Amino acid sequence: MITEALFFSAILFAIGVVGVLTRRNALIIFMSVELMLNAVNLSFVALSRLHGGALGQAFVVFVMTVAAAEAAVGLAIIIAVFRQQQTVDLDRINLLKG
Amino acid sequence: MSLLYQFHFYLFGLIAVASALLFVTRKSPVAAAMWLVNTMFALAGLYVMLDAQFVGAIQVLVYAGAIMVVFLFVVMLLNLGEGDAISDVRGRWGRIAAGGAGLALLAQLLVLTRGNATPAVAPDPAGTENVVAPVAQVLFTDHLLAFEVTSVLLLVAVVGAVVLAKRGGRA
Repeated sequence: MITEALFFSAILFAIGVVGVLTRRNALIIFMSVELMLNAVNLSFVALSRLHGGALGQAFVVFVMTVAAAEAAVGLAIIIAVFRQQQTVDLDRINLLKG
Repeated sequence: MSLLYQFHFYLFGLIAVASALLFVTRKSPVAAAMWLVNTMFALAGLYVMLDAQFVGAIQVLVYAGAIMVVFLFVVMLLNLGEGDAISDVRGRWGRIAAGGAGLALLAQLLVLTRGNATPAVAPDPAGTENVVAPVAQVLFTDHLLAFEVTSVLLLVAVVGAVVLAKRGGRA
């Protein structure tokens, strides 16, 4: 089952990458990043099962904490940008473009 | 490895992948978020089947319960619920480039996954009455410093989020 779990993890990560590359809505790109983090978590849990220890599971707890912090700060940034630009379309947020 | 176990493992995996595919193709952010929640529930099932019951519970509580609720809250706060008249999916060339990049990445990952034979799997844990203790053992002894630093990270994130989202403040 470990190989299958890694297989599903690879597919989910690739879907997350495609989401980041194809969408322009900042929120959906953000959710795709969360999907990629989840795919990596699945790898951690599967390999932790393979080795028999709980270190991989402890690392998943850390990854989830970082993801929660990232979501809080990232969504605050999106709200601040929306107040300025009235949009979350990343093609129209080009203040730093020369 | 019983047949029932294998069937449910593949079932949860396929639900996760199908929900993720629906998630990246939905136009409305609310629908996308709901499919992502579905993916996370299926992943929680996979965690439990991989003998990580604690991580599965945390996945449902923190990811599906807290993080996705914050996402939905922001979607509705910004009034983005209905998909715009124009889709936010990039044009034809952007889509082709992204699909190519995704396929290349998938091929690389699959080759790495399928390349070498998996080493012997550790024996099944003794029972299910003792699932939190191993995680706590690692978390509170060997990696106590990292655990404490994580609390500082959360404090910084809370302060940063309040400062950034404050109305009228100089961010």
